[in-house]
Amino acid sequence: MSTGPQTDKKKNAAASRLEAVLRAGIFAVTAEIGPPKHADGTRIRRLAAELKEYSDAQNLTDNQTAVVRLCSLAAAVHVLQAGGDPVLQMTTRDRNRIALQSDLLGAASLGIRNVLCLSGDHQRFGNHPEAKGVFDLDSVQLTAAVRRMRDEGLFLCGEEIKAPPRVFIGAVENPFAGPVELRVLRLGKKIAAGAEFIQTQVVYDVPAFSEWMAAVRAAGWHKRAFILAGVIPPKSDRAIRYMSRVPGITVPDELIRRMERAADPLGEGRRIALEIIRQLRDIEGVSGVHIMAVNWEDVVPELVAEAGLYPRPRISTTQGGGDSDAAGH
Amino acid sequence: MILARPRQVSSILAGLGGARRLAVIGCQECVTVCQAGGRKEVSCLAHLLRIAGLKEGLPLMVTEATVARQCDTAYLAPLDPLVEQVEACISLGCGVGVQFIAERYPGVPVIPGVDTVGGGGTTAPGVWEERCAMCGECVLDQTAGICPVTRCAKSLLNGPCGGSSGGMCEVDPDLPCAWEMIYRRMKERKSLDDLRSIRPPKNWVSSRSGGLRRVIREDAMR
Ligand code: SF4
Ligand code: SF4
Repeated sequence: MSTGPQTDKKKNAAASRLEAVLRAGIFAVTAEIGPPKHADGTRIRRLAAELKEYSDAQNLTDNQTAVVRLCSLAAAVHVLQAGGDPVLQMTTRDRNRIALQSDLLGAASLGIRNVLCLSGDHQRFGNHPEAKGVFDLDSVQLTAAVRRMRDEGLFLCGEEIKAPPRVFIGAVENPFAGPVELRVLRLGKKIAAGAEFIQTQVVYDVPAFSEWMAAVRAAGWHKRAFILAGVIPPKSDRAIRYMSRVPGITVPDELIRRMERAADPLGEGRRIALEIIRQLRDIEGVSGVHIMAVNWEDVVPELVAEAGLYPRPRISTTQGGGDSDAAGH
Repeated sequence: MILARPRQVSSILAGLGGARRLAVIGCQECVTVCQAGGRKEVSCLAHLLRIAGLKEGLPLMVTEATVARQCDTAYLAPLDPLVEQVEACISLGCGVGVQFIAERYPGVPVIPGVDTVGGGGTTAPGVWEERCAMCGECVLDQTAGICPVTRCAKSLLNGPCGGSSGGMCEVDPDLPCAWEMIYRRMKERKSLDDLRSIRPPKNWVSSRSGGLRRVIREDAMR
């Protein structure tokens, strides 16, 4: 079992279930839910109700790959209503500092207790490639802003916040985008800016990930933030070949060949994910896994169960209080 | 210098709105260097317009002129007699030139003949690259002389996004990732520590968020 960062002097109670699990030294499981390209939240609620038993928190992506979808804030509210612990993803691509801070206040007022700060895929990749990207802040600046709002009760402009948002702060890193030194340096920057947990890009190349983790340990970052390694069970040989072409994702040829040869691709994809999860658990400094089975969320329960990560621990938090909770902090 | 690229003749024609007597006005500065709006391009565009006019059975009367600098009103005065004779002007100057001409001749429509891109220079024969988005508050001292506002597709100030791959930018595999360039140069200079400090949010007021920007030098006023 991993031992990650244990304490944070500034806070005495965990903001979220995810934070409580991580601080208890339990290997965490988070799962991703991709909001739909329409206005019906039924599927999000159904998935959240199912996934909350098999994961400690559920990420809601923010217009992933720059495609317009139901917003992550509303999706996070659906998750809350279904009894889950949402991780609100926020990209700086679409909103300036006014909108980002405003959304954070709104989210916290509704009882959302985890925020993930990222810059976002470039608008060129989405369904509105002619859009004007905002990028008023970058992900490090957003992380620092959220931390300042929470811990110092101040907006970016320096004005005081009467009831500061109470959230567990996350950021992302891509261990494979290279060079390792630059990636570790930037991770350190995010942690220095206030990130308490880090979710990584999907790991298919475990040796490359191990190398990055060794550099992370050498810098001591695993002691200052919880690192959750990204996992995407491949659904088909086409899917994994597609992944191998996404900038910043490396996929060993062997995995592609295994998917091509598989008589039962779904079973093989699950087996591959399972093997990767097992290897990740053995890497010192990895505090959990983040399963991004978007469009195949139903695989998560069996995957988590087969990986021996089920049942998830019962942990009590002061979560879900909305307004009164935030005001009391 | 200011980079510009020629606009399609068809879109210039579409902007004429029935005008038949035209002046195509070039500029001898930046747009001459980037081969978008100098004397040569003026004559070339004038020919193309005449041919297009003939093809449509609507002959166009096109006069050619090129001034030393369209972004300097002093050089526009000699155009007065010419512009009096025409129904529309096509400026091959950058956006500044188009505006100055439109300001001087408010009654005459002025059609931009080029698309103005930004501040840049020649990097190879036939290649001009933007290097400055003219953000009004330069960070080059903190980024080893490589501009992330212009060169990074997301204008990030604190290091690369997760999309860079093999040193290339996520938006285009032919574009080097600005932040990997900055990292390499800082490493070479043994100043990687500069990369570790967190750069605060940028003041975009000095960029494109505060309306018209002005440079005022009292010592240069007469
Ligand atoms: S930081 Fe601003 S002023 Fe400096 S080169 Fe870049 S765009 Fe130009
Ligand atoms: S890949 Fe590099 S240059 Fe491109 S958007 Fe990301 S950080 Fe900027």
